[in-house]
Amino acid sequence: MRKVGIAGGGITKFTKSDISIESLMVSAVKPVFDSIPDLSQGDIDAVLTSTNANNKYLANIVSELSGISPKIAHSVESLCNSGTNCIVSAYAYISSGLADTALIIGSEKADSPGLVLEWDKSRGQYKHPIYWSSMFTSAHMRKFGTTLEDLAYVGAKNHRNALDNPYALFENAYSIEDIMQSKHLTENVRLLDCSMPCNGSAAILLASEDHIKKICDQPVWITGIGQKAISAGFTRNEDLSSMKSTIISAADAYKMSKKTHNDIDVAELHDAFSICEIIELEDLGLTRKGEGGSYVRRLHETDDRKINPRGGLIGSGHPLGATGIAQTIEIFQQLQGKAEKRQVDGAKTGLVHNMSAAATSSTVLILEQ
Amino acid sequence: MNKFEQELKNNNFTCSECKKCDKLVWPPSDFCNKCFGDVMWRPLSRTAKLVEFSRKNGEYFCIAEFEDQIRIMGTIENVENLQVGQTLNLIKCDYDGKEKFIFRSIR
Repeated sequence: MRKVGIAGGGITKFTKSDISIESLMVSAVKPVFDSIPDLSQGDIDAVLTSTNANNKYLANIVSELSGISPKIAHSVESLCNSGTNCIVSAYAYISSGLADTALIIGSEKADSPGLVLEWDKSRGQYKHPIYWSSMFTSAHMRKFGTTLEDLAYVGAKNHRNALDNPYALFENAYSIEDIMQSKHLTENVRLLDCSMPCNGSAAILLASEDHIKKICDQPVWITGIGQKAISAGFTRNEDLSSMKSTIISAADAYKMSKKTHNDIDVAELHDAFSICEIIELEDLGLTRKGEGGSYVRRLHETDDRKINPRGGLIGSGHPLGATGIAQTIEIFQQLQGKAEKRQVDGAKTGLVHNMSAAATSSTVLILEQ
Repeated sequence: MNKFEQELKNNNFTCSECKKCDKLVWPPSDFCNKCFGDVMWRPLSRTAKLVEFSRKNGEYFCIAEFEDQIRIMGTIENVENLQVGQTLNLIKCDYDGKEKFIFRSIR
């Protein structure tokens, strides 16, 4: 397998404004070309689009709108982890030699059809994600004594981090008290515990080792990949205080990269809801089981940006198909030392965790300088 | 509506079972997810185990487990002293575009 690196990325401001999915996608392609002066449209072998939008033939449409005639063009959909699934597909094309470069573009609109998995009969009438989130929260509280205040620290930390992310949907800080007093959607999920669907777009360029040296003097390498799809239906995840697909994905990604949780300097975690970040910290091995809540408190109290430096999904907004790509761009910038006010000093190894539909599937990427 | 949804609408909670290997096939499907054999439909037990629960406004919702393997979300009508692991009775199921399951707690 050939080595695959990240050469550049582009993000647009996450908003609620109305714009077509095609324009959203091209708006993220532009900064990729702007940031890589030696890149021309003719260099792109593959264009992959990541979205839950029902539009057809988007990869070809966006290629044409961007003046690209790639060898390979298609879309990837996997609900909330479409973005990292798309990156993994591009990785496979490049590592196998089918392509030297791949441009991956993820975009979503706030009214995405991917927000609720209507197919899932096991959810009964409780199809909306707040209900599975509430079940995870009840289970974690019951087993480990996690509190509503612990959950509030996730939102407070991530909203504060998002203040330094110029592309974030949210531009206000929220205190622990604000979150504790925000509207209860269920007894243990409040409005400010939730990520918010929005419009957003992110694009990233991957290239083979030989090719990347021609266009980027500071590439970041994808050295570990783990993916697991347990099911589509929510209730297959037996232990509700844990995410089985995340545990398996993390083990595979660490093994492939020959790294452990101790090597991770900075990480983007899929905090669709506050409880998700707490469980994921534990399941990725970044803290001990049952200690996710106290770990997040410590991060908040010490202004430690190690986890979700761009503000996570809660602070940045969650345009489904763009999220995994925006997460990966954040770690790319962190490892390049170019994350500005969000920079984690000395970050050499980073992790991206992206998951779908109540963690019925997860993707974990390990990135290195 | 498919067979599963039609039966739910008639207050029958049924599931597909493989004619070849006898596996209970959940989610309901026309093919066995172990051996791809043809399925028949059979009623499920109306007794379930409470796996987890929470509340939205005054309404309790839960995950309940049937026959030690099938887990679904539904509503609990009587809610005093609910305990994970306790027995629930499925008193009504329905389909109106969404699957609906209503339980009562048995103590």
